Amino acid sequence: MNPKRCAACKYLRRRCPKDCIFSPYFPPSDPDKFACIHRIYGAGNVSKMLQQLPVQTRAEAVESLSFEAKCRVEDPVYGCVGIISLLQTQIQKTQTLLARTQAQIAVAQAKHSQTQISEFM
Amino acid sequence: MLDILCPFQRFSCMCIRVQKEMASSSSNTYNSPCAACKFLRRKCMPGCIFAPYFPPEEPHKFANVHKIFGASNVTKLLNELLPHQREDAVNSLAYEAEARVRDPVYGCVGAISYLQRQVHRLQKELDAANADLVHYGLSTSTPSNVVDLVFQPQPLQPQQPVYRLPGTSPVMNQQPRGTGGSRGTFLPWNNGNDQQGGNM
Repeated sequence: MNPKRCAACKYLRRRCPKDCIFSPYFPPSDPDKFACIHRIYGAGNVSKMLQQLPVQTRAEAVESLSFEAKCRVEDPVYGCVGIISLLQTQIQKTQTLLARTQAQIAVAQAKHSQTQISEFM
Repeated sequence: MLDILCPFQRFSCMCIRVQKEMASSSSNTYNSPCAACKFLRRKCMPGCIFAPYFPPEEPHKFANVHKIFGASNVTKLLNELLPHQREDAVNSLAYEAEARVRDPVYGCVGAISYLQRQVHRLQKELDAANADLVHYGLSTSTPSNVVDLVFQPQPLQPQQPVYRLPGTSPVMNQQPRGTGGSRGTFLPWNNGNDQQGGNM
């Protein structure tokens, strides 16, 4: 067995060729990364996706696929869409609070101006 | 740039649920195959696991899901879920698949990154506004409720590492739990101009 097989070829129990599309992104030191991606997307689909991308973007693509796959393993119903939903809710809440706080500032400013005028007089 | 709603807002419409129920029954009653079986060129059997969620009127939905995840992986995923969870799971898979088709490098993660930056920006604005409010509260006769006026946001429990793009700082930690049915806002899609790094 070639000790230098990438995590993908190790997982798939095959020889790791020199031009293996997975090897730059799935080092043997991190077997879980490929296992997770394979479970959700399948090796064939990931290979196809990577082949369709310019080489310089493949590392980013693998990282984002890995993140989404992990989210899906941890939350099989919503995956990373759950995070999107959570963030959207957080944004709405913060916007509401910000609007309320800004309204309160306006009231406080008005009171402050009134106080200054009455002190002047 | 197309706006993409969170799928649980898009698909919560009752009329769509009714359409699904009709499609599911019609697939069996009128031998009209579901979009999945049509795509896969096979007979749509009664009890087809895809039929309730991939009506023939939405062929692109299954096409995207199949392209990214593969039909057999989706079958496995759905079989591991309870029946009442499957609709939301399919909708979230369809959403992720569509995102990945539109942005093959970042997929949904592009949207997450964008939203994280929005949250961070809004939080900074809120902190600044609260500081202004305290300033006014202290410099005038202090209203009794000035402390109540200052919002102390509850930080989210850091249970999951945030997705961090190279060259950016993590904004917040999230636990990837779906809330389902949230009042999502229109979500501007991944824009290569205002985001950091690579396509983003």
